[in-house]
Amino acid sequence: MTEEAASYTITSVRPSVADCRADFPALEQEVNGEPLVYLDSAASSQVPTAVIDAVAQYQRHDHANVHRGVHTLSHRATDAYEGARDKVQSFINAASKCEIVFTRGTTEAINLVAQSFCRPNLKTGDKIVITHLEHHSNIVPWQLVCEQTGAELVIAPIDQAGQVDAQQLAELLDERVRILAIAHVSNALGSILPLTQIIRSAHARDIPVLIDGAQAVPHMAVDVQALDADFYAFSGHKMFAPTGIGVLYGKESILENMPPYQGGGDMILEVRFDGTLYNELPYKFEAGTPNISGVVGLGAAISYLKSVGIEEIASHENDLLAYMTAELEAIDGIRLIGTADNKASVQSFLLNDIHPHDIGTILDHQGVAIRTGHHCAMPVMDFFGIPGTARASLALYNNADDVDRLVVALEKTVEIFG
Amino acid sequence: MTRSDANRKDELRELYRELILDHAKSPRHFGKLADSTHFAEGINPLCGDKLKMYFRVSTHGKINDASFEGSGCAISVASASLLIDTIIGMHTDEALRFFDALVASLSINGDIDRNATKQIDLGKLRALQGVKEFPARVKCASLAWHALNSAIHQGAQPVTTE
Repeated sequence: MTEEAASYTITSVRPSVADCRADFPALEQEVNGEPLVYLDSAASSQVPTAVIDAVAQYQRHDHANVHRGVHTLSHRATDAYEGARDKVQSFINAASKCEIVFTRGTTEAINLVAQSFCRPNLKTGDKIVITHLEHHSNIVPWQLVCEQTGAELVIAPIDQAGQVDAQQLAELLDERVRILAIAHVSNALGSILPLTQIIRSAHARDIPVLIDGAQAVPHMAVDVQALDADFYAFSGHKMFAPTGIGVLYGKESILENMPPYQGGGDMILEVRFDGTLYNELPYKFEAGTPNISGVVGLGAAISYLKSVGIEEIASHENDLLAYMTAELEAIDGIRLIGTADNKASVQSFLLNDIHPHDIGTILDHQGVAIRTGHHCAMPVMDFFGIPGTARASLALYNNADDVDRLVVALEKTVEIFG
Repeated sequence: MTRSDANRKDELRELYRELILDHAKSPRHFGKLADSTHFAEGINPLCGDKLKMYFRVSTHGKINDASFEGSGCAISVASASLLIDTIIGMHTDEALRFFDALVASLSINGDIDRNATKQIDLGKLRALQGVKEFPARVKCASLAWHALNSAIHQGAQPVTTE
Protein backbone atom coordinates (compact mmCIF):
# COMPACT_ATOMS: atom_id res chain seq x y z
CA MET A 1 0.00 0.00 0.00
CA THR A 2 1.41 3.40 -0.87
CA GLU A 3 1.33 6.19 1.60
CA GLU A 4 -0.80 8.41 -0.65
CA ALA A 5 -3.40 5.74 -1.29
CA ALA A 6 -3.69 4.94 2.40
CA SER A 7 -4.04 8.55 3.46
CA TYR A 8 -6.68 9.08 0.84
CA THR A 9 -8.71 6.10 2.00
CA ILE A 10 -8.54 7.09 5.62
CA THR A 11 -9.32 10.76 5.33
CA SER A 12 -11.87 10.77 2.55
CA VAL A 13 -14.19 7.91 3.35
CA ARG A 14 -14.79 8.51 7.03
CA PRO A 15 -14.43 12.17 7.84
CA SER A 16 -16.54 11.83 10.97
CA VAL A 17 -13.99 9.59 12.63
CA ALA A 18 -11.10 11.66 11.32
CA ASP A 19 -12.60 14.72 13.01
CA CYS A 20 -12.67 13.04 16.43
CA ARG A 21 -9.14 14.02 17.24
CA ALA A 22 -10.25 17.53 18.15
CA ASP A 23 -12.50 16.08 20.85
CA PHE A 24 -9.46 14.99 22.88
CA PRO A 25 -7.75 17.96 24.53
CA ALA A 26 -4.75 15.93 25.72
CA LEU A 27 -3.78 15.28 22.13
CA GLU A 28 -3.32 18.98 21.48
CA GLN A 29 -0.02 19.38 23.25
CA GLU A 30 3.65 19.25 22.55
CA VAL A 31 5.81 16.65 24.21
CA ASN A 32 9.55 17.22 24.13
CA GLY A 33 8.99 20.05 21.67
CA GLU A 34 7.00 18.00 19.17
CA PRO A 35 3.24 17.63 18.72
CA LEU A 36 2.17 14.58 20.69
CA VAL A 37 1.58 11.37 18.77
CA TYR A 38 -0.27 9.08 21.15
CA LEU A 39 0.07 5.42 20.17
CA ASP A 40 -0.49 3.86 23.58
CA SER A 41 -4.27 3.57 23.79
CA ALA A 42 -4.08 -0.16 24.48
CA ALA A 43 -2.51 0.77 27.80
CA SER A 44 -4.93 3.61 28.45
CA SER A 45 -6.90 5.78 26.08
CA GLN A 46 -7.23 9.55 26.20
CA VAL A 47 -10.45 11.15 27.39
CA PRO A 48 -12.75 13.29 25.23
CA THR A 49 -14.13 16.64 26.36
CA ALA A 50 -17.61 15.12 26.60
CA VAL A 51 -16.41 12.72 29.30
CA ILE A 52 -14.36 15.33 31.14
CA ASP A 53 -17.39 17.64 31.16
CA ALA A 54 -19.81 14.95 32.30
CA VAL A 55 -17.59 14.06 35.25
CA ALA A 56 -17.06 17.73 36.10
CA GLN A 57 -20.79 18.43 35.87
CA TYR A 58 -21.49 15.53 38.20
CA GLN A 59 -18.85 16.64 40.69
CA ARG A 60 -19.95 20.28 40.58
CA HIS A 61 -23.70 19.78 40.80
CA ASP A 62 -24.94 16.28 41.42
CA HIS A 63 -22.60 14.50 43.78
CA ALA A 64 -24.04 12.62 46.74
CA ASN A 65 -24.08 8.99 47.76
CA VAL A 66 -26.22 6.64 45.67
CA HIS A 67 -29.14 4.43 46.73
CA ARG A 68 -29.17 6.00 50.18
CA GLY A 69 -30.65 9.42 50.59
CA VAL A 70 -34.08 10.93 50.12
CA HIS A 71 -32.61 14.29 49.22
CA THR A 72 -32.41 15.72 45.74
CA LEU A 73 -28.70 15.33 45.15
CA SER A 74 -28.79 11.70 46.17
CA HIS A 75 -31.57 11.18 43.63
CA ARG A 76 -29.56 12.92 40.94
CA ALA A 77 -26.47 10.87 41.74
CA THR A 78 -28.48 7.65 41.72
CA ASP A 79 -30.13 8.57 38.42
CA ALA A 80 -26.76 9.33 36.87
CA TYR A 81 -25.30 6.10 38.21
CA GLU A 82 -28.17 3.88 37.14
CA GLY A 83 -28.53 5.73 33.85
CA ALA A 84 -24.97 4.75 33.04
CA ARG A 85 -25.78 1.13 33.86
CA ASP A 86 -28.57 1.29 31.28
CA LYS A 87 -26.08 2.62 28.74
CA VAL A 88 -23.67 -0.23 29.45
CA GLN A 89 -26.47 -2.75 29.10
CA SER A 90 -27.44 -1.38 25.73
CA PHE A 91 -23.78 -0.97 24.64
CA ILE A 92 -22.99 -4.68 25.01
CA ASN A 93 -26.60 -5.80 24.48
CA ALA A 94 -27.07 -7.51 27.83
CA ALA A 95 -30.54 -8.98 28.41
CA SER A 96 -31.03 -7.19 31.71
CA LYS A 97 -29.44 -4.31 33.62
CA CYS A 98 -29.07 -6.58 36.63
CA GLU A 99 -26.36 -8.36 34.66
CA ILE A 100 -24.14 -5.26 34.71
CA VAL A 101 -21.87 -5.16 37.75
CA PHE A 102 -19.59 -2.16 38.18
CA THR A 103 -16.06 -3.02 39.25
CA ARG A 104 -12.74 -1.19 39.49
CA GLY A 105 -11.78 -2.59 36.11
CA THR A 106 -11.27 -5.77 34.14
CA THR A 107 -8.86 -7.09 36.75
CA GLU A 108 -11.35 -6.84 39.57
CA ALA A 109 -14.09 -8.30 37.39
CA ILE A 110 -12.00 -11.39 36.68
CA ASN A 111 -10.99 -11.73 40.33
CA LEU A 112 -14.65 -11.52 41.27
CA VAL A 113 -15.49 -14.46 39.01
CA ALA A 114 -12.46 -16.46 40.17
CA GLN A 115 -13.30 -15.98 43.84
CA SER A 116 -17.06 -15.94 43.82
CA PHE A 117 -17.98 -18.26 40.96
CA CYS A 118 -15.05 -20.68 40.93
CA ARG A 119 -13.52 -20.89 44.37
CA PRO A 120 -16.52 -22.33 46.25
CA ASN A 121 -16.94 -25.12 43.69
CA LEU A 122 -13.42 -26.10 42.65
CA LYS A 123 -11.80 -29.32 43.82
CA THR A 124 -8.45 -30.99 43.29
CA GLY A 125 -8.38 -32.36 39.78
CA ASP A 126 -10.68 -29.69 38.36
CA LYS A 127 -9.27 -27.54 35.57
CA ILE A 128 -9.35 -23.95 34.44
CA VAL A 129 -8.39 -23.31 30.82
CA ILE A 130 -6.83 -20.06 29.59
CA THR A 131 -4.66 -19.35 26.54
CA HIS A 132 -0.97 -18.54 26.18
CA LEU A 133 -1.69 -14.98 25.08
CA GLU A 134 -3.57 -13.76 28.14
CA HIS A 135 -2.82 -10.55 30.02
CA HIS A 136 -1.56 -11.15 33.56
CA SER A 137 -5.01 -10.09 34.80
CA ASN A 138 -6.45 -13.17 33.13
CA ILE A 139 -3.71 -15.45 34.45
CA VAL A 140 -2.92 -14.56 38.04
CA PRO A 141 -6.51 -14.58 39.43
CA TRP A 142 -6.79 -18.17 38.15
CA GLN A 143 -3.41 -19.13 39.58
CA LEU A 144 -4.61 -17.82 42.94
CA VAL A 145 -7.82 -19.82 42.86
CA CYS A 146 -5.88 -22.90 41.74
CA GLU A 147 -3.56 -22.51 44.75
CA GLN A 148 -6.60 -22.12 46.99
CA THR A 149 -8.46 -25.16 45.69
CA GLY A 150 -5.97 -27.58 44.16
CA ALA A 151 -7.39 -27.05 40.69
CA GLU A 152 -5.07 -27.10 37.69
CA LEU A 153 -4.46 -24.27 35.22
CA VAL A 154 -4.33 -25.52 31.63
CA ILE A 155 -2.85 -23.34 28.89
CA ALA A 156 -4.16 -23.46 25.33
CA PRO A 157 -1.35 -22.94 22.80
CA ILE A 158 -0.80 -20.13 20.31
CA ASP A 159 1.00 -20.31 16.99
CA GLN A 160 3.91 -18.25 15.66
CA ALA A 161 1.52 -15.61 14.34
CA GLY A 162 -0.01 -15.26 17.80
CA GLN A 163 -3.26 -17.00 16.96
CA VAL A 164 -5.38 -19.33 19.04
CA ASP A 165 -6.67 -22.32 17.12
CA ALA A 166 -10.26 -23.01 18.16
CA GLN A 167 -9.96 -26.69 17.30
CA GLN A 168 -6.79 -27.15 19.35
CA LEU A 169 -8.37 -25.33 22.25
CA ALA A 170 -11.50 -27.46 22.05
CA GLU A 171 -9.39 -30.58 22.52
CA LEU A 172 -8.42 -29.34 25.99
CA LEU A 173 -12.03 -29.00 27.08
CA ASP A 174 -12.69 -32.22 28.96
CA GLU A 175 -15.20 -33.01 31.72
CA ARG A 176 -12.90 -31.64 34.45
CA VAL A 177 -12.82 -28.13 33.03
CA ARG A 178 -14.87 -25.74 35.19
CA ILE A 179 -14.29 -22.50 33.31
CA LEU A 180 -12.65 -21.24 30.14
CA ALA A 181 -11.22 -17.71 30.44
CA ILE A 182 -9.91 -16.06 27.28
CA ALA A 183 -9.20 -12.68 25.78
CA HIS A 184 -11.38 -11.23 23.08
CA VAL A 185 -8.39 -9.33 21.67
CA SER A 186 -4.78 -9.90 22.76
CA ASN A 187 -3.27 -6.76 24.27
CA ALA A 188 0.29 -7.66 23.27
CA LEU A 189 -0.37 -9.16 19.83
CA GLY A 190 -3.66 -7.69 18.65
CA SER A 191 -5.04 -11.11 17.69
CA ILE A 192 -8.82 -11.36 17.71
CA LEU A 193 -9.82 -14.75 19.07
CA PRO A 194 -12.41 -16.86 17.21
CA LEU A 195 -14.89 -16.51 20.07
CA THR A 196 -18.01 -17.81 18.38
CA GLN A 197 -16.43 -21.14 17.60
CA ILE A 198 -14.64 -21.38 20.96
CA ILE A 199 -17.72 -20.54 23.03
CA ARG A 200 -19.80 -23.00 21.06
CA SER A 201 -17.41 -25.86 21.75
CA ALA A 202 -17.16 -24.92 25.43
CA HIS A 203 -20.92 -24.80 25.82
CA ALA A 204 -21.26 -28.14 24.07
CA ARG A 205 -19.42 -29.48 27.13
CA ASP A 206 -21.34 -27.26 29.59
CA ILE A 207 -18.23 -25.20 30.33
CA PRO A 208 -18.91 -21.56 31.16
CA VAL A 209 -16.77 -18.95 29.37
CA LEU A 210 -15.34 -15.69 30.65
CA ILE A 211 -14.18 -13.18 28.05
CA ASP A 212 -11.58 -10.54 28.88
CA GLY A 213 -12.89 -7.81 26.61
CA ALA A 214 -10.63 -4.96 27.74
CA GLN A 215 -8.97 -4.62 24.32
CA ALA A 216 -12.14 -5.23 22.32
CA VAL A 217 -14.82 -2.81 23.50
CA PRO A 218 -13.23 0.43 22.23
CA HIS A 219 -12.61 -1.06 18.79
CA MET A 220 -15.55 -3.23 17.74
CA ALA A 221 -19.21 -3.87 18.43
CA VAL A 222 -19.69 -6.37 21.25
CA ASP A 223 -22.94 -8.26 21.70
CA VAL A 224 -22.75 -10.53 24.74
CA GLN A 225 -25.97 -12.33 23.81
CA ALA A 226 -24.88 -13.03 20.26
CA LEU A 227 -21.55 -14.27 21.62
CA ASP A 228 -23.39 -16.22 24.31
CA ALA A 229 -20.62 -15.24 26.76
CA ASP A 230 -21.26 -16.24 30.35
CA PHE A 231 -19.04 -13.46 31.68
CA TYR A 232 -17.60 -10.48 29.84
CA ALA A 233 -15.18 -8.11 31.58
CA PHE A 234 -13.89 -4.73 30.45
CA SER A 235 -12.38 -1.46 31.67
CA GLY A 236 -13.47 2.12 31.26
CA HIS A 237 -10.02 3.61 30.83
CA LYS A 238 -9.35 1.77 27.58
CA MET A 239 -12.58 3.12 26.09
CA PHE A 240 -12.16 6.86 26.78
CA ALA A 241 -13.58 6.82 30.30
CA PRO A 242 -11.62 7.52 33.50
CA THR A 243 -9.50 4.93 35.31
CA GLY A 244 -10.84 2.93 38.23
CA ILE A 245 -14.11 1.88 36.66
CA GLY A 246 -14.94 -1.29 34.80
CA VAL A 247 -17.72 -3.75 34.17
CA LEU A 248 -18.43 -7.37 34.79
CA TYR A 249 -21.25 -8.68 32.66
CA GLY A 250 -22.59 -12.02 33.86
CA LYS A 251 -25.63 -14.00 32.84
CA GLU A 252 -28.36 -13.41 35.39
CA SER A 253 -28.91 -17.12 36.03
CA ILE A 254 -25.23 -17.51 36.93
CA LEU A 255 -24.84 -14.33 38.98
CA GLU A 256 -27.93 -15.28 40.98
CA ASN A 257 -26.25 -18.38 42.30
CA MET A 258 -22.92 -16.78 43.16
CA PRO A 259 -22.14 -15.64 46.71
CA PRO A 260 -21.11 -12.00 47.21
CA TYR A 261 -17.50 -11.12 46.43
CA GLN A 262 -17.12 -8.47 49.12
CA GLY A 263 -19.31 -7.52 52.05
CA GLY A 264 -20.34 -4.03 53.05
CA GLY A 265 -22.95 -1.39 52.56
CA ASP A 266 -25.25 -1.33 49.51
CA MET A 267 -24.92 -5.10 48.94
CA ILE A 268 -27.35 -5.95 51.73
CA LEU A 269 -31.09 -5.81 52.30
CA GLU A 270 -30.99 -6.46 56.00
CA VAL A 271 -28.11 -6.91 58.42
CA ARG A 272 -28.54 -8.76 61.69
CA PHE A 273 -25.89 -10.35 63.83
CA ASP A 274 -27.59 -13.72 63.40
CA GLY A 275 -27.59 -13.44 59.61
CA THR A 276 -27.61 -10.96 56.76
CA LEU A 277 -29.86 -10.85 53.74
CA TYR A 278 -28.06 -9.88 50.55
CA ASN A 279 -29.33 -7.36 48.07
CA GLU A 280 -30.60 -8.32 44.63
CA LEU A 281 -28.51 -8.24 41.47
CA PRO A 282 -26.38 -6.41 40.57
CA TYR A 283 -26.06 -4.71 43.98
CA LYS A 284 -25.08 -7.96 45.67
CA PHE A 285 -21.69 -7.48 43.98
CA GLU A 286 -21.30 -3.76 44.59
CA ALA A 287 -20.29 -3.46 48.23
CA GLY A 288 -19.51 0.00 49.56
CA THR A 289 -19.91 3.42 48.00
CA PRO A 290 -19.07 2.88 44.33
CA ASN A 291 -16.96 4.97 41.96
CA ILE A 292 -19.93 7.13 41.01
CA SER A 293 -18.01 9.74 39.03
CA GLY A 294 -16.20 6.95 37.19
CA VAL A 295 -19.53 5.39 36.27
CA VAL A 296 -20.79 8.77 35.06
CA GLY A 297 -17.64 9.07 32.94
CA LEU A 298 -18.12 5.56 31.58
CA GLY A 299 -21.69 6.39 30.60
CA ALA A 300 -20.51 9.54 28.82
CA ALA A 301 -17.78 7.57 27.04
CA ILE A 302 -20.37 5.09 25.75
CA SER A 303 -22.53 7.95 24.48
CA TYR A 304 -19.45 9.37 22.78
CA LEU A 305 -18.53 6.05 21.15
CA LYS A 306 -22.10 5.63 19.94
CA SER A 307 -22.18 9.16 18.54
CA VAL A 308 -19.10 8.44 16.42
CA GLY A 309 -20.38 4.98 15.52
CA ILE A 310 -18.65 1.80 16.62
CA GLU A 311 -18.73 0.32 13.10
CA GLU A 312 -17.15 3.47 11.70
CA ILE A 313 -14.48 3.33 14.38
CA ALA A 314 -13.72 -0.31 13.63
CA SER A 315 -13.47 0.41 9.94
CA HIS A 316 -11.22 3.45 10.43
CA GLU A 317 -8.92 1.52 12.75
CA ASN A 318 -8.72 -1.48 10.45
CA ASP A 319 -7.61 0.73 7.57
CA LEU A 320 -5.11 2.49 9.79
CA LEU A 321 -3.75 -0.76 11.24
CA ALA A 322 -3.23 -2.09 7.71
CA TYR A 323 -1.39 1.11 6.81
CA MET A 324 0.72 1.03 9.99
CA THR A 325 1.62 -2.62 9.53
CA ALA A 326 2.68 -2.02 5.92
CA GLU A 327 4.73 1.03 6.86
CA LEU A 328 6.46 -0.78 9.73
CA GLU A 329 7.18 -3.81 7.57
CA ALA A 330 8.96 -1.56 5.10
CA ILE A 331 11.54 -0.52 7.71
CA ASP A 332 14.85 -2.38 7.47
CA GLY A 333 15.49 -4.58 10.48
CA ILE A 334 11.93 -4.60 11.78
CA ARG A 335 10.39 -7.79 13.14
CA LEU A 336 6.64 -7.77 13.65
CA ILE A 337 5.41 -9.73 16.66
CA GLY A 338 1.76 -10.69 16.32
CA THR A 339 0.79 -11.28 12.72
CA ALA A 340 -2.60 -12.94 13.11
CA ASP A 341 -4.95 -12.84 10.13
CA ASN A 342 -7.66 -11.28 12.24
CA LYS A 343 -6.32 -8.38 14.29
CA ALA A 344 -7.35 -5.17 15.98
CA SER A 345 -5.58 -1.92 16.81
CA VAL A 346 -2.22 -3.22 18.03
CA GLN A 347 1.16 -3.86 16.45
CA SER A 348 4.10 -5.11 18.47
CA PHE A 349 7.56 -5.09 16.93
CA LEU A 350 11.29 -5.28 17.45
CA LEU A 351 13.86 -3.21 15.60
CA ASN A 352 17.31 -4.70 14.90
CA ASP A 353 18.69 -5.67 18.28
CA ILE A 354 17.68 -2.41 19.93
CA HIS A 355 16.02 -3.01 23.28
CA PRO A 356 12.35 -1.89 23.26
CA HIS A 357 13.00 0.39 26.22
CA ASP A 358 15.60 2.31 24.24
CA ILE A 359 13.19 2.57 21.32
CA GLY A 360 10.57 3.94 23.71
CA THR A 361 12.89 6.62 25.06
CA ILE A 362 14.05 7.80 21.64
CA LEU A 363 10.47 7.88 20.34
CA ASP A 364 9.26 9.78 23.39
CA HIS A 365 12.00 12.28 22.80
CA GLN A 366 10.36 12.93 19.44
CA GLY A 367 6.89 13.24 20.94
CA VAL A 368 5.79 9.72 20.01
CA ALA A 369 4.26 7.74 22.90
CA ILE A 370 4.34 3.95 22.60
CA ARG A 371 4.41 1.15 25.15
CA THR A 372 7.54 -0.92 25.60
CA GLY A 373 8.19 -4.03 27.64
CA HIS A 374 6.25 -7.19 28.29
CA HIS A 375 2.80 -5.55 28.22
CA CYS A 376 1.72 -7.54 31.28
CA ALA A 377 1.91 -10.64 29.11
CA MET A 378 5.22 -12.22 30.11
CA PRO A 379 4.24 -15.70 28.86
CA VAL A 380 3.74 -14.22 25.38
CA MET A 381 7.27 -12.78 25.50
CA ASP A 382 8.63 -16.15 26.67
CA PHE A 383 6.81 -17.84 23.79
CA PHE A 384 8.59 -15.65 21.27
CA GLY A 385 11.85 -15.83 23.24
CA ILE A 386 12.10 -12.06 23.64
CA PRO A 387 12.32 -9.82 26.70
CA GLY A 388 9.65 -7.49 25.42
CA THR A 389 8.44 -5.55 22.42
CA ALA A 390 7.71 -2.04 21.33
CA ARG A 391 3.98 -1.70 20.80
CA ALA A 392 2.09 0.92 18.86
CA SER A 393 -1.64 0.82 19.50
CA LEU A 394 -4.39 2.75 17.79
CA ALA A 395 -7.64 4.36 18.78
CA LEU A 396 -10.29 6.28 16.90
CA TYR A 397 -8.33 9.56 17.19
CA ASN A 398 -5.21 8.31 15.40
CA ASN A 399 -4.52 8.99 11.75
CA ALA A 400 -2.01 8.34 8.99
CA ASP A 401 0.12 11.29 10.11
CA ASP A 402 0.64 9.57 13.46
CA VAL A 403 1.89 6.49 11.66
CA ASP A 404 4.20 8.58 9.49
CA ARG A 405 5.64 10.29 12.58
CA LEU A 406 6.18 6.87 14.16
CA VAL A 407 8.12 5.70 11.12
CA VAL A 408 10.31 8.82 11.07
CA ALA A 409 11.00 8.41 14.78
CA LEU A 410 11.98 4.78 14.26
CA GLU A 411 14.36 5.76 11.47
CA LYS A 412 15.94 8.21 13.89
CA THR A 413 16.29 5.41 16.43
CA VAL A 414 18.22 3.31 13.94
CA GLU A 415 20.41 6.31 13.16
CA ILE A 416 21.31 6.80 16.84
CA PHE A 417 22.12 3.16 17.38
CA GLY A 418 24.20 3.14 14.21
CA MET B 1 9.13 27.36 25.99
CA THR B 2 10.25 24.61 23.68
CA ARG B 3 13.85 23.67 23.54
CA SER B 4 15.79 23.99 20.35
CA ASP B 5 16.21 20.97 18.11
CA ALA B 6 19.94 21.07 18.72
CA ASN B 7 19.48 20.89 22.47
CA ARG B 8 17.09 18.03 22.26
CA LYS B 9 19.33 16.15 19.89
CA ASP B 10 22.20 16.69 22.33
CA GLU B 11 20.19 15.13 25.13
CA LEU B 12 19.75 11.93 23.15
CA ARG B 13 23.42 11.94 22.21
CA GLU B 14 24.31 12.47 25.87
CA LEU B 15 22.19 9.48 26.82
CA TYR B 16 23.40 7.23 24.06
CA ARG B 17 27.06 8.23 24.04
CA GLU B 18 29.59 6.22 22.05
CA LEU B 19 30.90 4.65 25.24
CA ILE B 20 27.40 3.56 26.32
CA LEU B 21 26.53 2.13 22.92
CA ASP B 22 29.90 0.38 22.75
CA HIS B 23 29.39 -1.33 26.11
CA ALA B 24 25.75 -2.11 25.30
CA LYS B 25 26.65 -3.78 22.02
CA SER B 26 29.78 -5.51 23.30
CA PRO B 27 29.37 -5.91 27.04
CA ARG B 28 32.61 -6.74 28.86
CA HIS B 29 32.83 -9.58 31.38
CA PHE B 30 29.62 -11.08 30.06
CA GLY B 31 28.71 -14.59 31.20
CA LYS B 32 28.56 -16.64 34.32
CA LEU B 33 31.57 -16.56 36.64
CA ALA B 34 32.90 -19.88 37.88
CA ASP B 35 33.71 -19.94 41.61
CA SER B 36 31.82 -16.77 42.38
CA THR B 37 31.49 -16.03 46.09
CA HIS B 38 28.87 -13.33 45.84
CA PHE B 39 25.83 -13.13 43.61
CA ALA B 40 22.80 -10.91 43.14
CA GLU B 41 20.04 -10.55 40.60
CA GLY B 42 18.73 -7.15 39.56
CA ILE B 43 15.23 -6.93 38.15
CA ASN B 44 13.53 -3.91 36.65
CA PRO B 45 9.89 -4.98 36.34
CA LEU B 46 9.00 -1.89 34.32
CA CYS B 47 10.99 -2.93 31.27
CA GLY B 48 11.88 -6.52 32.11
CA ASP B 49 15.61 -5.93 32.61
CA LYS B 50 17.13 -8.89 34.38
CA LEU B 51 20.81 -8.90 35.31
CA LYS B 52 22.66 -11.61 37.19
CA MET B 53 25.87 -10.35 38.71
CA TYR B 54 28.68 -12.58 39.95
CA PHE B 55 31.65 -11.57 42.11
CA ARG B 56 34.65 -13.49 43.34
CA VAL B 57 35.78 -11.85 46.55
CA SER B 58 38.91 -12.88 48.47
CA THR B 59 38.89 -13.50 52.19
CA HIS B 60 40.46 -10.05 52.53
CA GLY B 61 37.53 -8.47 50.76
CA LYS B 62 39.20 -7.83 47.42
CA ILE B 63 37.05 -8.31 44.32
CA ASN B 64 39.32 -10.50 42.22
CA ASP B 65 36.88 -11.07 39.40
CA ALA B 66 33.30 -10.30 38.40
CA SER B 67 30.89 -10.89 35.55
CA PHE B 68 27.25 -10.50 34.62
CA GLU B 69 24.67 -12.05 32.37
CA GLY B 70 21.08 -11.37 31.47
CA SER B 71 19.21 -9.01 29.22
CA GLY B 72 18.30 -5.40 29.39
CA CYS B 73 18.21 -2.11 27.59
CA ALA B 74 21.35 -0.38 26.35
CA ILE B 75 21.61 1.73 29.50
CA SER B 76 21.31 -1.12 31.99
CA VAL B 77 23.67 -3.42 30.09
CA ALA B 78 26.26 -0.67 29.55
CA SER B 79 26.00 0.29 33.20
CA ALA B 80 26.63 -3.30 34.31
CA SER B 81 29.55 -3.63 31.93
CA LEU B 82 31.10 -0.36 33.11
CA LEU B 83 30.49 -1.30 36.71
CA ILE B 84 32.44 -4.50 36.43
CA ASP B 85 35.22 -2.80 34.48
CA THR B 86 35.47 -0.35 37.36
CA ILE B 87 35.30 -2.54 40.43
CA ILE B 88 37.51 -5.49 39.54
CA GLY B 89 40.57 -5.25 41.78
CA MET B 90 38.83 -3.03 44.32
CA HIS B 91 38.13 -3.79 47.93
CA THR B 92 34.41 -4.24 48.56
CA ASP B 93 34.36 -1.12 50.77
CA GLU B 94 35.70 0.93 47.90
CA ALA B 95 33.17 -0.62 45.51
CA LEU B 96 30.39 0.38 47.90
CA ARG B 97 31.72 3.94 47.93
CA PHE B 98 31.44 3.91 44.14
CA PHE B 99 27.88 2.62 44.49
CA ASP B 100 27.00 5.54 46.77
CA ALA B 101 28.72 8.04 44.52
CA LEU B 102 27.19 6.69 41.34
CA VAL B 103 23.65 6.60 42.72
CA ALA B 104 24.11 10.10 44.11
CA SER B 105 25.42 11.34 40.77
CA LEU B 106 22.31 10.09 38.99
CA SER B 107 20.02 11.83 41.44
CA ILE B 108 17.76 14.17 39.53
CA ASN B 109 16.12 15.93 42.42
CA GLY B 110 19.16 17.94 43.44
CA ASP B 111 19.26 16.05 46.69
CA ILE B 112 22.77 14.85 46.06
CA ASP B 113 24.74 13.41 48.91
CA ARG B 114 27.86 15.52 48.57
CA ASN B 115 29.79 13.35 50.95
CA ALA B 116 29.20 10.35 48.77
CA THR B 117 30.64 11.99 45.68
CA LYS B 118 33.39 14.04 47.32
CA GLN B 119 36.33 11.70 47.27
CA ILE B 120 35.32 9.59 44.30
CA ASP B 121 36.42 10.20 40.74
CA LEU B 122 33.73 8.47 38.71
CA GLY B 123 35.90 8.51 35.60
CA LYS B 124 34.19 6.87 32.64
CA LEU B 125 31.12 6.16 34.78
CA ARG B 126 30.27 9.80 34.19
CA ALA B 127 29.05 8.62 30.78
CA LEU B 128 25.96 7.35 32.60
CA GLN B 129 24.93 10.80 33.72
CA GLY B 130 23.03 11.44 30.49
CA VAL B 131 20.11 9.62 32.10
CA LYS B 132 19.51 12.59 34.37
CA GLU B 133 17.51 14.19 31.56
CA PHE B 134 15.45 10.99 31.30
CA PRO B 135 13.90 10.31 34.71
CA ALA B 136 12.30 7.10 33.50
CA ARG B 137 15.74 5.71 32.72
CA VAL B 138 17.60 6.44 35.95
CA LYS B 139 16.57 3.04 37.28
CA CYS B 140 18.10 1.36 34.25
CA ALA B 141 21.46 2.99 34.98
CA SER B 142 21.39 2.16 38.67
CA LEU B 143 20.07 -1.42 38.46
CA ALA B 144 23.46 -3.17 38.28
CA TRP B 145 24.75 -0.99 41.10
CA HIS B 146 21.92 -1.94 43.41
CA ALA B 147 22.66 -5.56 42.58
CA LEU B 148 26.33 -4.97 43.47
CA ASN B 149 25.30 -3.45 46.77
CA SER B 150 23.01 -6.38 47.48
CA ALA B 151 25.61 -8.98 46.50
CA ILE B 152 28.26 -7.46 48.75
CA HIS B 153 25.80 -7.46 51.60
CA GLN B 154 24.86 -11.00 50.57
CA GLY B 155 21.17 -10.21 50.23
CA ALA B 156 19.24 -13.33 49.40
CA GLN B 157 16.41 -11.59 47.60
CA PRO B 158 16.66 -10.29 44.06
CA VAL B 159 16.87 -6.50 43.98
CA THR B 160 14.20 -4.72 42.05
CA THR B 161 14.05 -1.13 40.98
CA GLU B 162 10.53 -0.76 42.32
